[in-house]
Amino acid sequence: MAAIGRPVWLFAVVAAACQILAPAQTPSAPAARTQARFTVVLDAAHGPDDPGALLPEDNSAPAKEKDVTLALSVRLRSLLAARGFTVVTTRESDTSLDAQHRAETANRALAQACLLLHASSTGSGIHLFLSALAPAQTGRILPWSTAQSASIERSIALAGVLNASLHHAGMKVTLGRASVSPIDSLNCPAVAIEIAPEPQSGARPIGPQDPAYQSRVAEALAAALLEWRSAPPAEFHQP
Amino acid sequence: MTRRYLTVLFLILMFASAVMGGLLWHLRNRAHQRLLTGQESTPTQAPAVAPVEQATLFVANDAEDSLEPRTLTLPLPASPPERARAVLGKLFDLYAAQGSTHPVPGGAASIKQVFLLPVSRPQASGPNPAKAPVEPKDAPQLAVVNLSGSFAFTHPSGIEAETLTMISICATLHANLPSVAQVRFLVDGQTRNTLAGHADLSRTYLTADAAATTIPISGAKP
Repeated sequence: MAAIGRPVWLFAVVAAACQILAPAQTPSAPAARTQARFTVVLDAAHGPDDPGALLPEDNSAPAKEKDVTLALSVRLRSLLAARGFTVVTTRESDTSLDAQHRAETANRALAQACLLLHASSTGSGIHLFLSALAPAQTGRILPWSTAQSASIERSIALAGVLNASLHHAGMKVTLGRASVSPIDSLNCPAVAIEIAPEPQSGARPIGPQDPAYQSRVAEALAAALLEWRSAPPAEFHQP
Repeated sequence: MTRRYLTVLFLILMFASAVMGGLLWHLRNRAHQRLLTGQESTPTQAPAVAPVEQATLFVANDAEDSLEPRTLTLPLPASPPERARAVLGKLFDLYAAQGSTHPVPGGAASIKQVFLLPVSRPQASGPNPAKAPVEPKDAPQLAVVNLSGSFAFTHPSGIEAETLTMISICATLHANLPSVAQVRFLVDGQTRNTLAGHADLSRTYLTADAAATTIPISGAKP
């Protein structure tokens, strides 16, 4: 009897100690976790089987959207890693991925921001798109095809931060909502970013394939994510 | 005795008569063939001319990232599906025209068909479920727009360009046929994942949300 009773007594003491310590630890734990690991997912759209839009060049063959998005993803990843972000990319090379696989990678990362990178030869400036899903209550189990509906409000907040930073960098920004895979299946604050030609007064617009233009966009996005990490309410950061 | 020059003259005249006869026969056959060809191409029935009415088209503008309402006078058929096809055909003609604010090749031929169906509702469980409820005249309808494959193939690729096309179709349908509440898209009669690599064609679009905004917000899913 004594051999059985002693571990029970020890367990009770440990449990009581945990109960006493728990209230003191609870408020600081999410903040510490957010500070230590702030994950951003970068999804460079398209791939070898799906080159995406063709972006006309002056003296050579048109650039492919898949190459432009990959180049932007690599630039942005470097900038974010240098600023202490944990960056998860859906592709690092010209590999083929379907929308399901991209969403799986993003959702597994439990990220605080998911950026879907696109490029286009139509329109001008930077186009920010949110999912067209209506907001829904957060549940423990989310339907795969409409998982983003639980994160729409956080996605709107993220789009606002991105919009402000891009405006601050002197870029024309438009906001909209669209159904673009895999955004509806993401359970993180998600924004699709489409880089369109930058208008120039009295000159030809600068295409999204221009390295200097991409660098400026990447810098503005990195600055926005720094702001997103520090400024918004804590609940926006919870995956 | 006949003089020699008279004989030669006679022969020349005979030859000229034969040549003229042959030419006449050839020309007659050619005129006959032309007449037959013309008869075949003549329409047997005059085309029906629809009464001219005002239609509101929501025209996409790439530079402004917006939809602009434009009122035009068009011959519009009385049948709602034909009417829907006519307004969308005009919208696509504007997109295919030179100097378009949203250049997309193809024109009116890109709209193959438009079908209007009642929006499916859950079956009411009553004492007589076999008896179908009578749909009111202004019951919401689902428009199924069948686009041509060449339209999808040549459409500019990009989230903004494709989304503007989709919501301009939805807003134009809603403006001219208010009962159209939802729109689905087919390409050559088949379902398709995206229009040109971006905008989702597998979902149902809500026309009210598309018409209510002039920025590219494509509305919530049902």
